[in-house]
Amino acid sequence: MSFVVAKNLWVSYGPVSILERVSVSVERGTFCTIVGASGCGKSTFLRLLLGQEQATRGEIHVDGKAIPAEPTPERGIVFQKYSVFPHLTVLQNLTIPAEFGGAPVTARLFGRAKAEASDKARAMLAKIGIGHAGDLYPAQLSGGMQQRLAIAQALLKQPKILLLDEPFGALDPGIRADMQELLLSIWRETGMTIFMVTHDIAEAFRLGTRLIVFDKVRHDPHMPSAYGATITYDLRLKNGKLDGDTGERMLAPVILEKERVAHA
Amino acid sequence: MRLINQRPGHGERIVLGAMLFILLVAAYMIGSHMRLAANPDDKLLPSLPQMGAAIWQLAFTPEQRSGDYLLWTDTAASLARLLGGIAISALLALLLGIPTGLIPRAQAALAPFVTAICLIPPITILPILFIVFGLGETSKVMLIVIGTAPYMVRTIAQAVADIPSEQIVKGLTLGANTWQMILRVALPQIMPKLITAIRLGLGPAWIFLISAEAIASTGGLGYRIFLVRRYLSMDVILPYVAWITLIAFVLDRLLLAYSRRRYRWAHLSGASL
Repeated sequence: MSFVVAKNLWVSYGPVSILERVSVSVERGTFCTIVGASGCGKSTFLRLLLGQEQATRGEIHVDGKAIPAEPTPERGIVFQKYSVFPHLTVLQNLTIPAEFGGAPVTARLFGRAKAEASDKARAMLAKIGIGHAGDLYPAQLSGGMQQRLAIAQALLKQPKILLLDEPFGALDPGIRADMQELLLSIWRETGMTIFMVTHDIAEAFRLGTRLIVFDKVRHDPHMPSAYGATITYDLRLKNGKLDGDTGERMLAPVILEKERVAHA
Repeated sequence: MRLINQRPGHGERIVLGAMLFILLVAAYMIGSHMRLAANPDDKLLPSLPQMGAAIWQLAFTPEQRSGDYLLWTDTAASLARLLGGIAISALLALLLGIPTGLIPRAQAALAPFVTAICLIPPITILPILFIVFGLGETSKVMLIVIGTAPYMVRTIAQAVADIPSEQIVKGLTLGANTWQMILRVALPQIMPKLITAIRLGLGPAWIFLISAEAIASTGGLGYRIFLVRRYLSMDVILPYVAWITLIAFVLDRLLLAYSRRRYRWAHLSGASL
C-alpha cells in the first residue's frame, strides 16, 4: 500500500499558477528526490507535504489519512539555512525537542528528565559526527556542521517522513559528498521515507530510489504564469541508475535545457 | 598609503579619542578665564574650581532646610523615575510586541493601534497626565512610558516578525506549542534586541524625564537645573549636565556589557557600538 499519496494537487496564488495536476504515490521507505528548474514548484510541493502551505485543490494522504494543516512532529524538515536555533548551543539545539515534548508549560526539563535528554542529545551528536562541538553556537560552526546539526535535530522526534529542501545547496563539493553518505546511512538505518528537493541532478540520481521531475508542460507566451508545473518524469531508480537504462544521460540534457531557458 | 587604509595603533587611538574632550575643556577654560579676568562676578562661564565648589556643596553638605544631600537625592529621584518608566516600557514591549510579531490574530488586533499610538507626540499628553494622575510620580513615569513604549513595542514586534519562518516551522515540527514557541524561540532571540531598544529608548526617556521634572516636581536632576536657572547658577547647571551625561553613558555601557555577557550568541559576528 502506498504510504504518501498526493491526489490531483493544484496550487495557485490568485492568477499565478504554481502547481497543477500533481498526483503521485510513494511507498514507505522510499528515498524520493525531486528536481526541476528554478521556480517550478518543487519547494511548494515540499511545503504542501509539510503542511506549511495548503493546496488550492486536491489533498495529500499519509498512511490513508489526510495530513494536518500545520507542521507536526510526524514530518521532520531540514532547510538550506536558518534550520537550527541560533541562540542555543549545539547541545541545547538537540535537547529542545525533548523539552517541547516533556514540559508543555515551562519548556524546560529538570533533574533526571534533563539528564536523559542530554544523554540522548550527546549520543546523537556523536552519531552525526559533531561530538566535539556540543558547547558551540551554530554561528561558530561551518556550513556542513550546521547541516549535520539540522539533520540530527530533525531526527530526534523520529519522524516517519523527513523533508529536505536543498539541504546541501550551500556546501562545498567535498563536504556535500560526506553529507550524502551520512544521509544515506541514516535512511538505511531508520527506514524513513525521505523527500529531498535538490538542484543537483547527479545528487538526485545518486541518492534517490525514486526521482520525480517538476516542469511546466503548458505555456502561454503572453502570460507565463497562467499554467503551473506538474510531474513530467517519475522514475524508479536502483543504485543511481534507471532500471535497465542509462537514465541520467537520457534525462540530464532535458533538465539542463529547461534550467537554461528558465534563467534566460 | 591612502588615508582609508591607515589604521591608528592602540596608543594613538586613545589620544585621538581623548582629543576632542581635551579641546572642549581647554576652550571652556580659556573662555572662562577671559570673562572672569574682565569681571570676577561673571556667572556665565564659571571656572572649574567654582563649579567644583558648587557641586561639592550639593554632594557633601546637607541642605539647611531638609538636611538632604541634594545631588544624591536628585539622582535617586530621577533614576527611580527613569528606570521605572523604562522597565514598564520594556515589559509592555514584551507583552504586546511578541504576540504582535508571532501570532497573526494578535497582529491584526494590535498592530494598527500601536502604530497610531506611536504617532501621538508624547509631550502633548503631559497636561492630560497631570490632570488625571496629579503632579506626583505617576504622571512623570507615565510620560516616559508613553514616550518610549510604543516605539519599543514596534521594535520588538518587528524583531519577532524577522525571525526566519524556517525556525518557526522547525519548532512546530519539533512539537512546540504556541506558548513554548514564545518562551524558547521568540523571547530569547529578541532579548538582545530589547536591550538595544532600551539603550536607544533611554535617549528620549531622559528628555521626557527632564521635561516632566522641569514643569512640576520637587526634586530630581531636571528640577534642580531648572530651579537654579533662575539664579543663573551655571556653576551648578554645567556639572549637572555632565553628571546626567555620565549616568546615561554608564547605563548604556552596562546594558551593552550585559547583552554581550548574557547573549553571547548574538554578538558573535559584526561590531556593536
